This record gives sequence, C-alpha cells and structure tokens, in this order.
Amino acid sequence: MIKVENVSKYFGEKKVLDNINAEFEEGKCNLIIGKSGSGKTVLMKCLVSLYTPDEGYIHFDDRILRHLNKKEKVNLRKDIGMLFQGGALFDSMNIEENVMFPIRMFQRDEIKKMKSRVEFCLERVNLKGINKYYPSELSGGMQKRVAIARAIATQPKYLFCDEPNSGLDPQTSIVIDQLIKEITHEYNITTIVNTHDMNSVMEIGENINYIHQGKLWWKGNSENVLNTDNKELNDFIFCSALTKKLKQNNI
Amino acid sequence: MKKIKYFFEDFGGYLLLMKEVFRWPQNMHIFKRKLLFEIQTLGIDSILIVFLVSVFVGAAVVIQLLINLENPIYPDWIYGYASRKTMMLEFSPTIISLILAGKCASKIASELGTQKITEQIDALEVMGVNTASYLILPKIIACMITFPLLIVMSIFISIVGGGIGALSVGTLSMSAYIDGLRLEYTNMDLIFAIVKVFVYSIIISSVASYRGYTLKGGSVEVGIQSTKAVVQSCIIIMIFDLIITNLFM
Ligand SMILES: Nc1ncnc2c1ncn2[C@@H]1O[C@H](COP(=O)(O)OP(=O)(O)OP(=O)(O)O)[C@@H](O)[C@H]1O
Ligand SMILES: [Mg+2]
Repeated sequence: MIKVENVSKYFGEKKVLDNINAEFEEGKCNLIIGKSGSGKTVLMKCLVSLYTPDEGYIHFDDRILRHLNKKEKVNLRKDIGMLFQGGALFDSMNIEENVMFPIRMFQRDEIKKMKSRVEFCLERVNLKGINKYYPSELSGGMQKRVAIARAIATQPKYLFCDEPNSGLDPQTSIVIDQLIKEITHEYNITTIVNTHDMNSVMEIGENINYIHQGKLWWKGNSENVLNTDNKELNDFIFCSALTKKLKQNNI
Repeated sequence: MKKIKYFFEDFGGYLLLMKEVFRWPQNMHIFKRKLLFEIQTLGIDSILIVFLVSVFVGAAVVIQLLINLENPIYPDWIYGYASRKTMMLEFSPTIISLILAGKCASKIASELGTQKITEQIDALEVMGVNTASYLILPKIIACMITFPLLIVMSIFISIVGGGIGALSVGTLSMSAYIDGLRLEYTNMDLIFAIVKVFVYSIIISSVASYRGYTLKGGSVEVGIQSTKAVVQSCIIIMIFDLIITNLFM
C-alpha cells in the first residue's frame, strides 16, 4: 500500500499540488484522474521521488520516502516499475535491450533466462518479432507498449503508469487496460494509473482519485463515479455532447 | 553581481555532480561495455580529424619557419628544433584539445541533454540506476584514456608533416631537419604534454556532461547548452594551459 500524507508541491510561486491525502491499495488498480494540467504527472513523479514534495510524507508500506538514505532509496526503486507519459525508451538500444535493461542491471541472470523473460513481456503487450528494431522505428503506440513491457520486466511490487493509453486506438487501449488489471491482480501489485480516459476509468477503476487544480477533489470507484453530485467531477466526466445526452436521459 | 552568483551556483552544482559520478559502477559488466563504446565514439572516431589537422599544421609551421627565417645567420638545426618544441609543448596538447573540445563536448552535452528532455534519465533514475555514474563516468574515463594517446599520435604526425613541408620547400635537407628534431631532446616535454592533455580531457568531458545532464527545457536548450559546453571547456582549457605552463616551466 502507498499512502500519501499532506503532500504539497510548489514550482516557484505556483502551488501545483495542494495538501493531497490519498491511499493506494495493494492488488488494485488505483486511478488518478483529472484534467490536463491538474497535477497528475507531478503527483506521480513525487511518488517515485523524481520530485521532492515541499511538504508531507509518502509511505511505501512501512518505508517513508523522506527518511530513506540513498542506498535504501535505490533498493526501493528496484521494486518500482514506471511507464512514462512519453514512453522514455532508451533510443540507443534496440527493443530487446530496452526491455532487458532493468533485469540485466540488477538481476544477474543467465542471458537465456533474461531473453525468455523479454519474450514473455513483449508477448503480453502483443508485440512479437520486433526485438531488433530501434524505438524510432516503431509507432507511438508500439513504443508505449514496449515501455509497459519494460516496466513489468522486473516484476515490480509497485507499478506506476502515466497515461498508459494516450495515443492508442480504442481496441489496443482496452487490451492495455486489461493487461494492467490482470498483472495487478495476478502478482498483487500496487498499481497507480494516471488517466483522463473515461473508458479506462470504467474498465479498471477500483479506487479512483479525482484531482482538480492540484487538490484531491473526490474519491470513489467505478460504480459510484457516474452518480456523483460533485460538480467539477461531473463536468469532467460528462463533457461530450453524447455523454451529456445520456446523462440527461438517465441511461 | 548576478553573474557572480550564477558562477558559484554552477560551480557548486558541478562539484556535487562530480561527487555522484565518481562512484563504483553498480554493474561492472555494463560499465565495461559502455566504456568500450565511448572509447570508440569519443576516441577512435576522432583519429581522422586529429590526423588531418596535425599533418597540415605541422607542414605549415615548418614552411613558415623556412620562409620567415631565411637569413643565413640561422643554423640549419633551428627549423627541426623549433617545430618539435612548438608541436610538443603547445600545438598538440592545447590546440588539438581545443579541436577535441569542439567535437566531443558538443556530442556529450547534446546526447545527455536529449536523454534528459525525453525523460530517459528519469526512467533510469526510477529503475534505481545511479544515472550520474552510469552515464557520465564511462565518458570521462574514455576521454582520459584516449585523449593522451591521440595527442602522442598528433605529435608524431605533425613532425612527419613538418618533414613533408620541408621537402616541399626544398631549401632544407632532411638530415638537417632530423638533426634539429633530435637536438637536446628530453622526455620531460612529452610528459608535460601528456599531463596537460590528461587535465584537459577531464575538463572537456566533465564540463560537457554537467551542461547536458543538468539541462532543463526543450530542444532549443539542447543547442544552447551544447554550445556553452564547447565555449566553456575551451575557456577553461586556456586558463589551465596558462596555470600548468607556469607551474612546470
Ligand atoms: N517542471 C515544472 N516546472 C514548472 N511547472 C511545472 C513543471 N511540471 C509541471 N508544471 C506545472 O504543473 C501543473 C501540472 O502539470 P502536470 O504535468 O502534472 O499535469 P497533468 O495533470 O499530468 O496533465 P496532462 O494530463 O496534460 O499530462 C501544470 O500547470 C504545469 O504547468
Ligand atoms: Mg501528465
């Protein structure tokens, strides 16, 4: 479980995160949703300690991020897999080397074992036979899927996905959502997903945190998210003409 | 006033980064592979330009000497002697280092800068990799190994180039040129040159790495910082040239 306690983050004068309190549960897909620019990515980067919050604490089970020394932080990070919003594949390595990198760096296995793990991960994201390609030779969506494969290569305890299906077609999106849900349940991972895609919210939202202008506005799950009377959240969900109509007619 | 503040901030940041860089690699196998790769791209790929510049400047220096010191009061050995001293003490170590700064500093800074803005460095960091050491240490060590070798090569080639220059003018016999080259030769000059280049190699690689690694912003910034990397490492090289020369000579 990951617990966020009174976390605030400033960039200069601008308060990007405002006193956030949240809990992300083990074995569940925890969602952070919100408009573009609401602070989702910043919150996620605080969680993996790429940014240091100006106030507050982040607990990884019994470890408190702020109190860890360098070595303990490195050890914690070996339990973390992260998918960046832009993929962040290593452009000087081919796909196989990309996915193998975290395994090779920290788990000195035989090359054969590592290769079969890479095959397994790439197969899970529906990519086969592209091992020798370079990231620049793949489409954006394929890069994203490779990035997911890399994030799950080391079997992390905590999985962070920053907009896993932006830039993917609806069909592939669902496959990716299902994949994230499956591995979360299968390996009992604490998964945190940033998204503004309502399909994934309905698909995998077991614990939903809605962020609005850097504040945590609403908490719930996919069952009660549609019936909320929170105005900002309603505006967020029912923004298109189609969904507005459906809501008006109570479908 | 603001400039002075920036300078000290930069310098402090640079020292802190270097403290992170000089750490034992987390995975020796990966480090060795990266080191070999950097030796290839920073060292071996620079051989051609070092070769060309050395031949031509070596020849040009001897031709200039022959034309400008035409007076018969100068002994024949002066040409070889002067060209050797120029090449060993100043041209090869300093001027070739400036050329290497132009080539390698911009490469290092723009490579690291691009990795930074595409979040590749963040991705490494989240995996638990000590990114400063993983990315920068192989570059610095590759420069420390290859630059002195390149400079020794440059000294040799520029002297051969000088011979070609002498032949092309035709007023100086080869044996007189070689006599001049051998006159009062001491290994101290060579050691001096290698010490200088060793210092420069650290300056070029570390300053460029600092510029790239700490970059913030987008592609415009990559251009700005890689230019800065070249300019600043050149200036620092010139300053150290003066300091080292004063200390040793
Ligand atoms: N490095 C930074 N420096 C200054 N401000 C920043 C920085 N990173 C983010 N911000 C600001 O923080 C706010 C939140 O940004 P963030 O990237 O978290 O948005 P987001 O919710 O992830 O949006 P999106 O859905 O578009 O990815 C934005 O207003 C942005 O301007
Ligand atoms: Mg974002």
